[in-house]
Amino acid sequence: MSKFLTASIGRKFVMSLSGLFLMVFIAVHLGLNLLLIFDNSGELFNQGAHFMATNPLIKVMEPILGLGFVIHIVWSFFLEFVNWKARPVKYAQKNMSGASTWASRNMLVLGALVLVFLIIHMINFFVKMKFTGDPLLTEVTINGTHMHNAYALVSATFINSTVLGILHILGGVLLGIHLSHGFWSSFQTLGLNNKNWLQRWKAIGNIYAVLIAVGYAVIPLYFMLGMYK
Amino acid sequence: MADKILKKLKIKVWRQNNAKSKGKFETYTIENISTGSSFLEMMDILNNQLIEEGIDPIAFDHDCREGICGTCSLYINGRPHGPDTEVTTCQLHMRKFKDGETITIEPWRARAFPVIKDLVVDRTAFEKILQAGGFVSVNTGGVPDANTIPINRDDAEESMDAAACIGCGACVAACKNSSAMLFVSAKVSHLAKLPQGKVEAKSRAKNMVSKMDELGFGGCTNTQACEAECPKSISITNIARLNREYLVARISE
Ligand code: HEM
Ligand code: SF4
Ligand code: FES
Repeated sequence: MSKFLTASIGRKFVMSLSGLFLMVFIAVHLGLNLLLIFDNSGELFNQGAHFMATNPLIKVMEPILGLGFVIHIVWSFFLEFVNWKARPVKYAQKNMSGASTWASRNMLVLGALVLVFLIIHMINFFVKMKFTGDPLLTEVTINGTHMHNAYALVSATFINSTVLGILHILGGVLLGIHLSHGFWSSFQTLGLNNKNWLQRWKAIGNIYAVLIAVGYAVIPLYFMLGMYK
Repeated sequence: MADKILKKLKIKVWRQNNAKSKGKFETYTIENISTGSSFLEMMDILNNQLIEEGIDPIAFDHDCREGICGTCSLYINGRPHGPDTEVTTCQLHMRKFKDGETITIEPWRARAFPVIKDLVVDRTAFEKILQAGGFVSVNTGGVPDANTIPINRDDAEESMDAAACIGCGACVAACKNSSAMLFVSAKVSHLAKLPQGKVEAKSRAKNMVSKMDELGFGGCTNTQACEAECPKSISITNIARLNREYLVARISE
């Protein structure tokens, strides 16, 4: 088994499965966060966030999700390092733009930038909600249940900080570009592809990538442009 | 229409005495090349010129010069087999270049393809991969009658498409990871699609992939550069088939 995980196709298999898992999370996470812009009282989002924070299934999934990220990231550096070593003398002149997409050649750069964004994102929201608390993170009671006013924290963050707002828009777009290659690539890696499905996976992947990028960019924009008023 | 003449070209080419020496680029000037001549003819003319000047001619691989043997190589202006699609270097013509241009010529670059001299690389690694499983182990007997084994037409077509691979190594040269997946997948697919080859499909995929890894080729990240630069347009859907064969083989063991 350990030999499989470090063999060329095994390495890819790990990337593909962890990538698919992260893509499911990213979609669910977006779905929940879009509640932010569909109810200006914030009740809907707060209830959603509260449900996610207390639901036993989600509690179990949280560490698995963390592990999914760690595996995807560790393997990505390992895999790119092995691939980089396979060409000890580099070309003096390269003209690769006609043969492959920019995203496909820069998955590590894109992933690493997404990682930087993720850390900033976690410091500003996850850590505050889960551990440290924050003056902006007040308490509310909705239908008799006491809960965090996560809506207050998120909306105030984007209203007060243009920098954080722009970083979040950038994060969404970078992730979208990562997935414009990553989506169809993960099915190809698993062998679930043929000459009919190649174009289909690419089309579905592009739609998914655009939805993710636009979806995540719209949330900070909504608050930055004062559309909640 | 008469072919145009390229009055002057600069040829920046990789020179390396042998596998051990360091190697560096040299730039030569060549004049009056017809756009109708092939790239390798231009190389021949340049070599004649070098011999007359008392310089060691440039070593490069070539054999059939009609696009079927896979011997010619060359990474020209940043692309394997140069600035044309679906052709080998021997089928590349000088009309693809402009007068006054500097043409950069490098050998295939990959750990598994070490340079022997100048632009010639050692592609024995491909032979080793084939020896690891690119065959059908049956006792040969008399030739069976045609159509005694029924084969679905689509399968036959796909098998033939994969069998078009000439083992040139452009896929490895084009790949940012120096991966040999397109080559291996073509060799696995043209057998896996036929009844005679199906029997050993699993062990073949496993053995050829382990050999590929062992020889120092990189892993595939699906950039698709191989397919775009392959002179025979071998499809990356063969790689999906190889992945499938390999994963099934590993999971079922
Ligand atoms: C939320 C986050 C992320 C998602 C949903 C995601 C998703 C994916 C998917 C689906 C693939 C394609 C796998 C395949 O080709 O089989 C992939 C590839 C890749 N990811 Fe991510 N990723 C994320 C974050 C990251 C991060 C943080 C890094 C690194 C620092 C990273 C680095 C890579 C690399 C280098 C590849 C290319 C590997 C290959 O093509 O074999 N990703 N990602
Ligand atoms: S797959 Fe194409 S590029 Fe690779 S060795 Fe075969 S013919 Fe050459
Ligand atoms: S010399 Fe045979 S394919 Fe080019």
